[in-house]
Amino acid sequence: MIDIALRCLTIRRPDVSLRALRVWQRNRDVYLRLWKSEVIWPVVDPLITLLALGIGLGGLVELGDNREYVDFIAPGLLAIWPMWAAAGECGWGSFFRMENHRTFEAIVATPVSIEDVITGEILWGATRALISATYILVIIAAFGTVDSPLAVLILPLAVLPGIMFASIALCYTSIARSISSLNYFFAVFITPQFWLGGVFFPLDRLPEWAQRAAWFIPVTHVVNIYRGLTSGDVEWSHLGDIAWMLVVTAIFYTIAVLSMRRRLVQ
Amino acid sequence: MSDIIHAHELVKRYGTFTAVDGVSFSVRAGECFGFLGANGAGKTTTIRMITCVSPVTSGELTVDGLDVRRDPRRIKAALGVVPQENNLDPDLSVRQNLRVYGRYFDLEPRLVEERIDESLALFQLTEKQNDRIDSLSSGLKRRLTIARSLINAPRIMVLDEPTTGLDPQARHLVWQKLRYLRSQGVTMLLTTHYMDEAAHLCDRIVIIHQGKIIVGGSPGGLVERFGGREVVEIHMGDAERGALMERLAAAEGLMVEEVEDIVYVYVLEGDGIDPSALKLEGSKVVYRQANLEDVFLRLTGRGLTE
Ligand SMILES: Nc1ncnc2c1ncn2[C@@H]1O[C@H](COP(=O)(O)OP(=O)(O)OP(=O)(O)O)[C@@H](O)[C@H]1O
Ligand SMILES: [Mg+2]
Repeated sequence: MIDIALRCLTIRRPDVSLRALRVWQRNRDVYLRLWKSEVIWPVVDPLITLLALGIGLGGLVELGDNREYVDFIAPGLLAIWPMWAAAGECGWGSFFRMENHRTFEAIVATPVSIEDVITGEILWGATRALISATYILVIIAAFGTVDSPLAVLILPLAVLPGIMFASIALCYTSIARSISSLNYFFAVFITPQFWLGGVFFPLDRLPEWAQRAAWFIPVTHVVNIYRGLTSGDVEWSHLGDIAWMLVVTAIFYTIAVLSMRRRLVQ
Repeated sequence: MSDIIHAHELVKRYGTFTAVDGVSFSVRAGECFGFLGANGAGKTTTIRMITCVSPVTSGELTVDGLDVRRDPRRIKAALGVVPQENNLDPDLSVRQNLRVYGRYFDLEPRLVEERIDESLALFQLTEKQNDRIDSLSSGLKRRLTIARSLINAPRIMVLDEPTTGLDPQARHLVWQKLRYLRSQGVTMLLTTHYMDEAAHLCDRIVIIHQGKIIVGGSPGGLVERFGGREVVEIHMGDAERGALMERLAAAEGLMVEEVEDIVYVYVLEGDGIDPSALKLEGSKVVYRQANLEDVFLRLTGRGLTE
């Protein structure tokens, strides 16, 4: 008995390889097959938000320093819609592939390891975030809200929060019992970030304790950096935001791998 | 060493439940080896350990000389796997399914395209290559799953219930293709609960029952040893049964089994008994040759195990 208990405790070293790209390619192929039906939403939703909140509501908002409200929220949209894209892909998308389509099961019967599958899924989630960020950057630039050429740096950078949100979502997927239990994740974790991540109002309007709490909200750090890059006010503190994301990403990626392996390897 | 798959005292536990309880067997190069067992016997569990998707609890298991614990990727690269449940990718077309699957093996795209054409043709799926998976019948899905397992030109195939749920035409087509692959030198391990399938395809079988192998040998040999030469099935009511059982007990060289309203009389090889001379009477009497099903039911019992 002790012998068995000990064996359960020994942690097998994660076996990640370049074959993760094969999983990424699989998802890409499916996306390319269906992209015409999927292309519209990543454009329409941010456009509506920009019109309704930026222009409509924004006419009533005074920011104090002569800035337009639409300029204020534009970089935030660049942070939150890709967050939705990555989390949706590794939440609902991965759950569907895992449970309903049994795609993961089929893949691990080939020389691809379960760790490769998880890594490939996360990379694909990050790619969806990147695609979404690209659309939105074009849209907000067309609205004239981008003041600095540094904004193009957002595109390579968008991969990092993409991986971060994809990993966080996959952690939840790994313990979700049904597709509807994923709704909790979005209600409790993703939607609040939408409202409280400093996208729609400056966080310094909140009480001291709430500002401190906002430091723990992942999207806050993304918004900080993007605001700096679109306006050209880049600060040293942005390196801190990047470091924060790197640490959180590493933690959640590791949890995602271990927890998914626990679920799928029996 | 000509053992392609070798298991020694192989055990698989799920928590405290032992699904595979110390099985030992070996599959030789070029043969078709069958796992026969009822629902829940532990066939799929054994297959999943061989294909390196389920960790071994204890015991030894090697495939092509490689240890499943140490070389899962190399083993998986050499195997063709047909899972019990079809898990084709419904987001992709028939042809894309094979192409994407080939990519998991890191095969060269040109080679994959060639193999796709070959295996589609072999399983008569060429016309369906652009169809959606959802539009395929279950027979076609099964054929495609087997075709998919050929993409890496495996020398060893592991098939979990390859024909369950297929109509007779589809079953015979699958059998024919499996025989063809065997003639090409592919080693096969398959599970089934169809006795005719095992008798038809397998050189050797083992019967697995509640996680243990209870007997093994060639299908013909097992029938001879446990089913005898001939079987008489006597359907009869309770009233006359007493007298018949007494008479049968007195006769030598017979094996008698009572199941509900039927009495089975097994006439063993070489006894020189002519069953028709016994003048057995009942509401219905059937004389027939013994088959693998008789062996299976005698050895594993006639009750449901699950
Ligand atoms: N992941 C699991 N956790 C717990 N028990 C399991 C698990 N997988 C299988 N079992 C149990 O192990 C036993 C053997 O199952 P297995 O699937 O190997 O049977 P089988 O011979 O393939 O049956 P069938 O003919 O129905 O496919 C069954 O009692 C099953 O309930
Ligand atoms: Mg099974």
